Amino acid sequence: MTRFLNDSALERLREAADSPELTGTRYRLVDKLGQGGMGGVYCVEDTELERRVALKVISVPDPDGACTVRLLQEARIIARLEHPGIVPVHDAGVLPDGRPYYTMKLVQGKRLDEHVESIASLSDRLRLFLRICDAVAFAHAHGVLHRDLKPANIMIGPFGEVLVMDWGLSKVLGPSPANDIPIGHADSGAATENRTMLTAHGTIVGTPGYMSPEQIRGDASLDQRSDIYSLGAILQFLITGNAEAIAKPLSAIRVRAMAENPETRYQTVSQLSTDVAHFLDGLAVSAYPESTMVRAWRWVLRNRTWILLLLAYLLTRTLLIFFRPR
Amino acid sequence: MNKPLLGIVLGTILGAVDGLTAWFTPAVRNALLSIVIGSTIKGLIAGVLIGFFARKVNSLALGILFGLGVGLLLALAVAAMQPGPDHYYFAIMLPGGIVGTIIGYATQRFGERPQTLAR
Repeated sequence: MTRFLNDSALERLREAADSPELTGTRYRLVDKLGQGGMGGVYCVEDTELERRVALKVISVPDPDGACTVRLLQEARIIARLEHPGIVPVHDAGVLPDGRPYYTMKLVQGKRLDEHVESIASLSDRLRLFLRICDAVAFAHAHGVLHRDLKPANIMIGPFGEVLVMDWGLSKVLGPSPANDIPIGHADSGAATENRTMLTAHGTIVGTPGYMSPEQIRGDASLDQRSDIYSLGAILQFLITGNAEAIAKPLSAIRVRAMAENPETRYQTVSQLSTDVAHFLDGLAVSAYPESTMVRAWRWVLRNRTWILLLLAYLLTRTLLIFFRPR
Repeated sequence: MNKPLLGIVLGTILGAVDGLTAWFTPAVRNALLSIVIGSTIKGLIAGVLIGFFARKVNSLALGILFGLGVGLLLALAVAAMQPGPDHYYFAIMLPGGIVGTIIGYATQRFGERPQTLAR
Protein backbone atom coordinates (compact mmCIF):
# COMPACT_ATOMS: atom_id res chain seq x y z
CA MET A 1 0.00 0.00 0.00
CA THR A 2 2.70 2.49 1.02
CA ARG A 3 4.43 1.79 -2.27
CA PHE A 4 1.57 3.60 -4.01
CA LEU A 5 0.60 6.28 -1.51
CA ASN A 6 3.12 8.95 -0.67
CA ASP A 7 2.63 11.57 2.07
CA SER A 8 0.80 14.05 -0.09
CA ALA A 9 -1.58 11.38 -1.33
CA LEU A 10 -2.25 10.33 2.24
CA GLU A 11 -2.85 13.97 3.20
CA ARG A 12 -5.36 14.33 0.36
CA LEU A 13 -7.12 11.19 1.51
CA ARG A 14 -7.25 12.51 5.06
CA GLU A 15 -8.71 15.79 3.83
CA ALA A 16 -11.27 13.94 1.78
CA ALA A 17 -12.26 11.93 4.84
CA ASP A 18 -12.56 15.14 6.92
CA SER A 19 -14.62 16.93 4.28
CA PRO A 20 -18.26 17.33 5.23
CA GLU A 21 -20.71 14.88 3.74
CA LEU A 22 -23.13 17.19 1.95
CA THR A 23 -25.12 14.65 -0.05
CA GLY A 24 -28.83 15.32 0.25
CA THR A 25 -28.30 18.83 1.63
CA ARG A 26 -28.75 22.15 -0.12
CA TYR A 27 -24.98 22.69 -0.04
CA ARG A 28 -22.25 21.71 -2.48
CA LEU A 29 -18.60 21.72 -1.42
CA VAL A 30 -16.42 24.27 -3.18
CA ASP A 31 -13.22 24.63 -1.19
CA LYS A 32 -11.67 24.40 2.24
CA LEU A 33 -11.04 27.77 3.84
CA GLY A 34 -9.33 26.91 7.09
CA GLN A 35 -8.90 24.55 9.98
CA GLY A 36 -9.26 25.29 13.65
CA GLY A 37 -8.78 23.27 16.79
CA MET A 38 -12.32 21.91 16.78
CA GLY A 39 -13.66 22.37 13.30
CA GLY A 40 -12.99 23.11 9.70
CA VAL A 41 -14.43 25.96 7.67
CA TYR A 42 -15.44 25.31 4.08
CA CYS A 43 -16.68 27.41 1.21
CA VAL A 44 -19.92 25.80 0.01
CA GLU A 45 -22.50 26.67 -2.61
CA ASP A 46 -26.04 27.10 -1.32
CA THR A 47 -27.83 25.52 -4.30
CA GLU A 48 -31.26 26.87 -3.34
CA LEU A 49 -30.26 30.50 -2.98
CA GLU A 50 -27.43 30.19 -5.47
CA ARG A 51 -24.82 31.86 -3.36
CA ARG A 52 -21.64 30.86 -1.64
CA VAL A 53 -21.51 30.69 2.13
CA ALA A 54 -19.02 29.52 4.73
CA LEU A 55 -19.82 26.24 6.47
CA LYS A 56 -18.25 25.37 9.79
CA VAL A 57 -18.29 21.74 10.85
CA ILE A 58 -16.67 19.69 13.61
CA SER A 59 -13.64 17.84 12.34
CA VAL A 60 -12.41 16.08 15.46
CA PRO A 61 -13.72 12.97 17.19
CA ASP A 62 -16.50 13.96 19.56
CA PRO A 63 -17.36 10.91 21.65
CA ASP A 64 -19.05 12.80 24.50
CA GLY A 65 -20.82 15.30 22.22
CA ALA A 66 -19.10 18.28 23.88
CA CYS A 67 -17.86 19.70 20.58
CA THR A 68 -21.35 19.42 19.14
CA VAL A 69 -22.77 21.44 21.99
CA ARG A 70 -19.99 23.99 21.68
CA LEU A 71 -20.45 24.46 17.95
CA LEU A 72 -24.19 24.91 18.18
CA GLN A 73 -23.77 27.24 21.14
CA GLU A 74 -21.33 29.30 19.11
CA ALA A 75 -23.86 29.46 16.27
CA ARG A 76 -26.61 30.55 18.67
CA ILE A 77 -24.42 33.25 20.20
CA ILE A 78 -23.54 34.71 16.80
CA ALA A 79 -27.15 34.42 15.67
CA ARG A 80 -28.31 36.66 18.51
CA LEU A 81 -25.76 39.30 17.51
CA GLU A 82 -27.33 40.84 14.42
CA HIS A 83 -24.98 43.71 13.66
CA PRO A 84 -23.25 44.94 10.48
CA GLY A 85 -19.90 44.36 12.20
CA ILE A 86 -20.60 40.74 13.11
CA VAL A 87 -20.72 37.96 10.53
CA PRO A 88 -24.30 36.64 10.30
CA VAL A 89 -25.26 32.99 10.74
CA HIS A 90 -27.62 31.66 8.05
CA ASP A 91 -28.37 28.11 9.05
CA ALA A 92 -27.46 25.35 11.52
CA GLY A 93 -28.11 21.64 11.64
CA VAL A 94 -26.65 18.15 11.37
CA LEU A 95 -25.03 16.75 8.22
CA PRO A 96 -25.85 13.27 6.84
CA ASP A 97 -22.58 12.03 8.37
CA GLY A 98 -23.91 13.03 11.81
CA ARG A 99 -21.66 16.04 12.30
CA PRO A 100 -23.24 19.34 13.35
CA TYR A 101 -22.58 22.41 11.26
CA TYR A 102 -23.60 25.99 10.78
CA THR A 103 -23.35 28.26 7.79
CA MET A 104 -22.52 31.92 7.81
CA LYS A 105 -21.79 34.74 5.42
CA LEU A 106 -18.73 34.08 3.32
CA VAL A 107 -16.45 37.02 4.03
CA GLN A 108 -14.01 37.71 1.25
CA GLY A 109 -11.48 40.20 2.38
CA LYS A 110 -8.30 40.54 4.35
CA ARG A 111 -7.54 40.04 8.00
CA LEU A 112 -6.68 43.25 9.81
CA ASP A 113 -3.10 42.11 10.40
CA GLU A 114 -2.70 41.68 6.64
CA HIS A 115 -4.65 44.79 5.71
CA VAL A 116 -3.16 47.28 8.16
CA GLU A 117 -0.15 48.19 6.01
CA SER A 118 -2.48 49.57 3.35
CA ILE A 119 -4.01 52.07 5.79
CA ALA A 120 -1.56 54.92 5.77
CA SER A 121 -3.16 57.60 7.89
CA LEU A 122 -3.58 57.39 11.63
CA SER A 123 -7.09 58.86 11.44
CA ASP A 124 -8.22 56.10 9.04
CA ARG A 125 -6.81 53.47 11.37
CA LEU A 126 -8.59 55.02 14.33
CA ARG A 127 -11.89 55.21 12.43
CA LEU A 128 -11.53 51.53 11.65
CA PHE A 129 -10.84 50.88 15.33
CA LEU A 130 -14.05 52.71 16.24
CA ARG A 131 -16.02 50.35 14.00
CA ILE A 132 -14.48 47.36 15.78
CA CYS A 133 -15.51 48.99 19.05
CA ASP A 134 -19.07 49.38 17.76
CA ALA A 135 -19.39 45.65 17.09
CA VAL A 136 -17.85 44.66 20.42
CA ALA A 137 -20.01 47.17 22.31
CA PHE A 138 -23.06 45.67 20.62
CA ALA A 139 -22.03 42.18 21.73
CA HIS A 140 -21.47 43.40 25.28
CA ALA A 141 -24.89 45.06 25.27
CA HIS A 142 -26.28 41.61 24.45
CA GLY A 143 -24.31 39.99 27.23
CA VAL A 144 -21.64 38.37 25.07
CA LEU A 145 -17.87 38.51 25.63
CA HIS A 146 -15.67 37.72 22.64
CA ARG A 147 -12.56 36.71 24.62
CA ASP A 148 -10.31 36.37 21.58
CA LEU A 149 -10.16 39.82 20.01
CA LYS A 150 -7.05 40.23 17.92
CA PRO A 151 -6.17 41.58 14.45
CA ALA A 152 -6.33 38.07 12.93
CA ASN A 153 -9.99 37.88 13.97
CA ILE A 154 -10.99 41.14 12.31
CA MET A 155 -11.85 40.96 8.63
CA ILE A 156 -11.85 43.95 6.29
CA GLY A 157 -14.18 43.33 3.37
CA PRO A 158 -13.63 44.51 -0.21
CA PHE A 159 -15.94 47.49 0.35
CA GLY A 160 -14.34 48.45 3.64
CA GLU A 161 -16.70 46.43 5.82
CA VAL A 162 -15.27 45.66 9.25
CA LEU A 163 -16.33 42.29 10.66
CA VAL A 164 -15.45 40.81 14.01
CA MET A 165 -14.97 37.08 13.41
CA ASP A 166 -14.39 33.87 15.30
CA TRP A 167 -16.74 33.88 18.24
CA GLY A 168 -15.67 30.34 19.13
CA LEU A 169 -14.33 31.43 22.50
CA SER A 170 -17.19 33.76 23.30
CA LYS A 171 -18.98 33.63 26.61
CA VAL A 172 -22.45 34.67 27.58
CA LEU A 173 -22.45 36.83 30.68
CA GLY A 174 -24.90 36.38 33.49
CA PRO A 175 -27.27 33.49 34.14
CA SER A 176 -27.58 31.64 30.87
CA PRO A 177 -27.58 28.03 29.77
CA ALA A 178 -24.53 28.93 27.66
CA ASN A 179 -22.43 29.31 30.78
CA ASP A 180 -23.01 25.70 31.68
CA ILE A 181 -21.47 24.57 28.46
CA PRO A 182 -17.73 24.24 27.93
CA ILE A 183 -16.47 26.86 25.58
CA GLY A 184 -15.64 26.08 21.99
CA HIS A 185 -12.32 27.00 20.50
CA ALA A 186 -12.84 26.59 16.82
CA ASP A 187 -10.91 28.87 14.56
CA SER A 188 -12.09 29.95 11.15
CA GLY A 189 -8.72 29.80 9.54
CA ALA A 190 -6.88 32.22 11.78
CA ALA A 191 -3.54 31.16 13.15
CA THR A 192 -4.01 28.81 16.04
CA GLU A 193 -0.50 27.95 16.98
CA ASN A 194 -0.26 30.73 19.56
CA ARG A 195 -3.60 30.09 21.05
CA THR A 196 -3.96 28.40 24.33
CA MET A 197 -7.18 26.76 25.14
CA LEU A 198 -9.25 25.67 27.96
CA THR A 199 -12.53 24.59 29.33
CA ALA A 200 -14.85 26.48 31.57
CA HIS A 201 -13.08 25.52 34.77
CA GLY A 202 -10.51 28.24 35.08
CA THR A 203 -8.39 27.18 32.18
CA ILE A 204 -6.88 29.73 29.84
CA VAL A 205 -8.39 30.72 26.49
CA GLY A 206 -7.27 33.43 24.14
CA THR A 207 -4.15 34.63 22.37
CA PRO A 208 -1.01 35.78 24.20
CA GLY A 209 -0.40 39.47 23.72
CA TYR A 210 -4.11 40.18 23.42
CA MET A 211 -5.36 38.45 26.56
CA SER A 212 -6.07 40.49 29.65
CA PRO A 213 -4.07 39.67 32.81
CA GLU A 214 -7.17 38.18 34.43
CA GLN A 215 -7.74 36.02 31.36
CA ILE A 216 -4.13 34.78 31.53
CA ARG A 217 -4.66 33.91 35.19
CA GLY A 218 -7.68 31.84 34.20
CA ASP A 219 -10.01 34.00 36.24
CA ALA A 220 -13.48 32.50 35.90
CA SER A 221 -15.26 35.82 36.49
CA LEU A 222 -14.19 37.64 33.34
CA ASP A 223 -16.30 40.58 32.30
CA GLN A 224 -16.38 43.09 29.45
CA ARG A 225 -13.26 44.80 30.75
CA SER A 226 -11.27 41.80 29.56
CA ASP A 227 -12.37 42.53 25.97
CA ILE A 228 -11.52 46.20 26.56
CA TYR A 229 -7.95 45.13 27.34
CA SER A 230 -7.87 43.22 24.03
CA LEU A 231 -9.21 46.29 22.22
CA GLY A 232 -6.40 48.29 23.81
CA ALA A 233 -3.93 45.74 22.41
CA ILE A 234 -5.53 46.08 18.96
CA LEU A 235 -5.25 49.87 19.29
CA GLN A 236 -1.58 49.44 20.12
CA PHE A 237 -1.18 47.21 17.05
CA LEU A 238 -2.85 49.84 14.86
CA ILE A 239 -0.81 52.80 16.08
CA THR A 240 2.58 51.12 16.43
CA GLY A 241 5.05 52.55 13.97
CA ASN A 242 2.96 55.62 13.22
CA ALA A 243 4.82 58.80 14.06
CA GLU A 244 1.59 60.70 14.74
CA ALA A 245 0.69 58.11 17.33
CA ILE A 246 3.33 59.55 19.64
CA ALA A 247 0.58 61.97 20.68
CA LYS A 248 0.32 61.71 24.44
CA PRO A 249 -3.49 61.59 24.63
CA LEU A 250 -3.62 58.60 22.28
CA SER A 251 -0.88 56.86 24.19
CA ALA A 252 -2.82 57.54 27.41
CA ILE A 253 -5.95 55.98 25.90
CA ARG A 254 -4.01 52.82 25.09
CA VAL A 255 -2.44 52.68 28.52
CA ARG A 256 -5.81 53.07 30.23
CA ALA A 257 -7.44 50.42 28.03
CA MET A 258 -4.61 48.01 28.84
CA ALA A 259 -4.35 48.76 32.55
CA GLU A 260 -3.29 45.77 34.65
CA ASN A 261 -6.15 46.32 37.07
CA PRO A 262 -9.60 46.09 35.45
CA GLU A 263 -10.86 48.74 37.89
CA THR A 264 -8.58 51.36 36.38
CA ARG A 265 -9.42 50.46 32.77
CA TYR A 266 -12.27 51.93 30.78
CA GLN A 267 -15.35 50.29 32.23
CA THR A 268 -17.26 50.12 28.95
CA VAL A 269 -16.32 49.98 25.28
CA SER A 270 -18.29 53.15 24.64
CA GLN A 271 -16.05 55.04 27.10
CA LEU A 272 -13.02 53.84 25.14
CA SER A 273 -14.52 54.66 21.74
CA THR A 274 -15.67 58.09 22.97
CA ASP A 275 -12.11 58.92 23.98
CA VAL A 276 -10.75 57.77 20.60
CA ALA A 277 -13.45 59.77 18.78
CA HIS A 278 -12.61 62.83 20.89
CA PHE A 279 -8.95 62.41 19.99
CA LEU A 280 -9.89 62.27 16.32
CA ASP A 281 -11.95 65.44 16.67
CA GLY A 282 -9.17 67.27 18.47
CA LEU A 283 -11.05 67.29 21.76
CA ALA A 284 -9.81 66.48 25.25
CA VAL A 285 -9.80 62.81 26.25
CA SER A 286 -10.68 61.52 29.70
CA ALA A 287 -7.53 59.38 29.90
CA TYR A 288 -5.25 62.39 29.62
CA PRO A 289 -5.88 65.29 32.00
CA GLU A 290 -4.77 68.61 30.51
CA SER A 291 -3.98 72.03 31.95
CA THR A 292 -6.30 74.96 31.23
CA MET A 293 -3.69 76.46 28.91
CA VAL A 294 -3.46 73.30 26.82
CA ARG A 295 -7.26 73.11 26.63
CA ALA A 296 -7.45 76.76 25.58
CA TRP A 297 -4.82 76.25 22.90
CA ARG A 298 -6.71 73.18 21.61
CA TRP A 299 -9.88 75.31 21.41
CA VAL A 300 -8.01 77.99 19.46
CA LEU A 301 -6.63 75.41 17.03
CA ARG A 302 -10.07 73.88 16.51
CA ASN A 303 -11.65 77.28 15.83
CA ARG A 304 -8.73 78.93 14.09
CA THR A 305 -10.64 79.88 10.90
CA TRP A 306 -13.41 81.49 12.91
CA ILE A 307 -10.95 83.33 15.11
CA LEU A 308 -8.83 84.49 12.16
CA LEU A 309 -11.88 85.93 10.40
CA LEU A 310 -12.97 87.84 13.50
CA LEU A 311 -9.43 89.09 14.05
CA ALA A 312 -9.24 90.20 10.41
CA TYR A 313 -12.46 92.15 10.85
CA LEU A 314 -11.34 93.76 14.11
CA LEU A 315 -7.95 94.62 12.64
CA THR A 316 -9.54 96.18 9.57
CA ARG A 317 -11.93 98.23 11.67
CA THR A 318 -9.15 99.37 14.00
CA LEU A 319 -6.92 100.40 11.12
CA LEU A 320 -9.79 102.28 9.47
CA ILE A 321 -10.52 104.14 12.70
CA PHE A 322 -6.93 105.28 13.19
CA PHE A 323 -6.07 105.78 9.55
CA ARG A 324 -9.47 106.78 8.22
CA PRO A 325 -9.54 108.23 4.72
CA ARG A 326 -10.03 111.93 4.47
CA MET B 1 -30.18 76.53 13.94
CA ASN B 2 -30.91 76.13 10.24
CA LYS B 3 -28.68 77.85 7.71
CA PRO B 4 -30.99 80.66 6.53
CA LEU B 5 -31.97 81.54 10.10
CA LEU B 6 -28.33 81.50 11.21
CA GLY B 7 -27.47 83.74 8.25
CA ILE B 8 -30.25 86.19 9.15
CA VAL B 9 -29.36 86.31 12.87
CA LEU B 10 -25.62 86.62 12.25
CA GLY B 11 -26.04 89.09 9.39
CA THR B 12 -28.30 91.31 11.50
CA ILE B 13 -26.00 91.27 14.53
CA LEU B 14 -22.80 91.81 12.56
CA GLY B 15 -24.51 94.49 10.46
CA ALA B 16 -25.58 96.37 13.60
CA VAL B 17 -22.14 96.04 15.18
CA ASP B 18 -20.52 97.14 11.94
CA GLY B 19 -22.78 100.19 11.89
CA LEU B 20 -21.97 101.01 15.50
CA THR B 21 -18.28 101.30 14.67
CA ALA B 22 -19.20 104.56 12.94
CA TRP B 23 -19.23 106.02 16.45
CA PHE B 24 -15.44 106.06 16.27
CA THR B 25 -15.65 108.46 13.32
CA PRO B 26 -16.61 111.86 14.80
CA ALA B 27 -17.54 113.28 11.40
CA VAL B 28 -20.46 110.90 10.99
CA ARG B 29 -21.40 110.43 14.65
CA ASN B 30 -24.46 112.65 14.22
CA ALA B 31 -25.86 110.22 11.68
CA LEU B 32 -25.08 107.14 13.79
CA LEU B 33 -28.69 105.94 14.07
CA SER B 34 -29.33 105.97 10.34
CA ILE B 35 -25.95 104.34 9.72
CA VAL B 36 -26.76 101.56 12.19
CA ILE B 37 -30.20 101.02 10.67
CA GLY B 38 -28.80 100.97 7.14
CA SER B 39 -25.94 98.66 8.11
CA THR B 40 -28.34 96.33 9.93
CA ILE B 41 -30.59 96.10 6.88
CA LYS B 42 -27.52 95.44 4.72
CA GLY B 43 -26.42 92.68 7.07
CA LEU B 44 -29.93 91.24 7.09
CA ILE B 45 -30.06 91.12 3.29
CA ALA B 46 -26.58 89.57 3.16
CA GLY B 47 -27.61 87.00 5.80
CA VAL B 48 -30.74 86.00 3.86
CA LEU B 49 -28.85 85.58 0.59
CA ILE B 50 -25.89 83.74 2.10
CA GLY B 51 -28.11 81.59 4.32
CA PHE B 52 -30.26 80.40 1.44
CA PHE B 53 -27.17 79.81 -0.68
CA ALA B 54 -25.74 77.66 2.13
CA ARG B 55 -28.95 75.64 2.18
CA LYS B 56 -28.66 74.94 -1.53
CA VAL B 57 -24.90 74.48 -1.82
CA ASN B 58 -23.11 72.43 0.80
CA SER B 59 -19.53 73.58 0.32
CA LEU B 60 -17.40 75.54 2.76
CA ALA B 61 -15.22 77.04 0.04
CA LEU B 62 -18.15 78.11 -2.15
CA GLY B 63 -20.00 79.42 0.91
CA ILE B 64 -17.05 81.61 1.85
CA LEU B 65 -16.64 82.85 -1.74
CA PHE B 66 -20.34 83.60 -2.07
CA GLY B 67 -20.33 85.43 1.29
CA LEU B 68 -17.34 87.50 0.23
CA GLY B 69 -19.02 88.34 -3.07
CA VAL B 70 -22.34 89.32 -1.51
CA GLY B 71 -20.60 91.36 1.21
CA LEU B 72 -18.52 93.23 -1.35
CA LEU B 73 -21.44 93.87 -3.70
CA LEU B 74 -23.74 95.21 -1.00
CA ALA B 75 -20.94 97.36 0.41
CA LEU B 76 -20.23 98.63 -3.11
CA ALA B 77 -23.87 99.65 -3.43
CA VAL B 78 -23.76 101.42 -0.06
CA ALA B 79 -20.53 103.21 -0.98
CA ALA B 80 -21.93 104.25 -4.32
CA MET B 81 -24.97 105.79 -2.57
CA GLN B 82 -22.78 107.97 -0.36
CA PRO B 83 -23.50 111.68 -0.96
CA GLY B 84 -20.65 113.97 -1.89
CA PRO B 85 -17.50 113.47 -3.87
CA ASP B 86 -15.92 110.88 -1.52
CA HIS B 87 -17.51 107.45 -1.62
CA TYR B 88 -15.08 105.68 0.75
CA TYR B 89 -15.15 102.52 -1.34
CA PHE B 90 -12.16 100.97 0.42
CA ALA B 91 -13.31 101.88 3.94
CA ILE B 92 -16.80 100.51 3.35
CA MET B 93 -16.11 97.52 1.10
CA LEU B 94 -13.21 95.95 3.03
CA PRO B 95 -15.11 95.36 6.29
CA GLY B 96 -18.27 94.56 4.31
CA GLY B 97 -16.42 91.82 2.45
CA ILE B 98 -15.04 90.37 5.70
CA VAL B 99 -18.49 90.40 7.31
CA GLY B 100 -19.88 88.54 4.28
CA THR B 101 -17.04 86.02 4.52
CA ILE B 102 -17.77 85.46 8.24
CA ILE B 103 -21.47 84.83 7.50
CA GLY B 104 -20.57 82.52 4.62
CA TYR B 105 -18.19 80.52 6.80
CA ALA B 106 -20.55 80.36 9.77
CA THR B 107 -23.61 79.24 7.80
CA GLN B 108 -21.67 76.41 6.16
CA ARG B 109 -19.82 75.36 9.30
CA PHE B 110 -22.47 75.68 11.98
CA GLY B 111 -25.83 75.80 10.20
CA GLU B 112 -27.97 72.67 10.30
CA ARG B 113 -28.79 71.02 7.00
CA PRO B 114 -32.48 70.70 6.15
CA GLN B 115 -34.09 67.43 7.21
CA THR B 116 -35.19 65.07 4.45
CA LEU B 117 -38.89 64.33 4.69
CA ALA B 118 -39.78 60.64 4.55
CA ARG B 119 -43.02 59.74 2.89
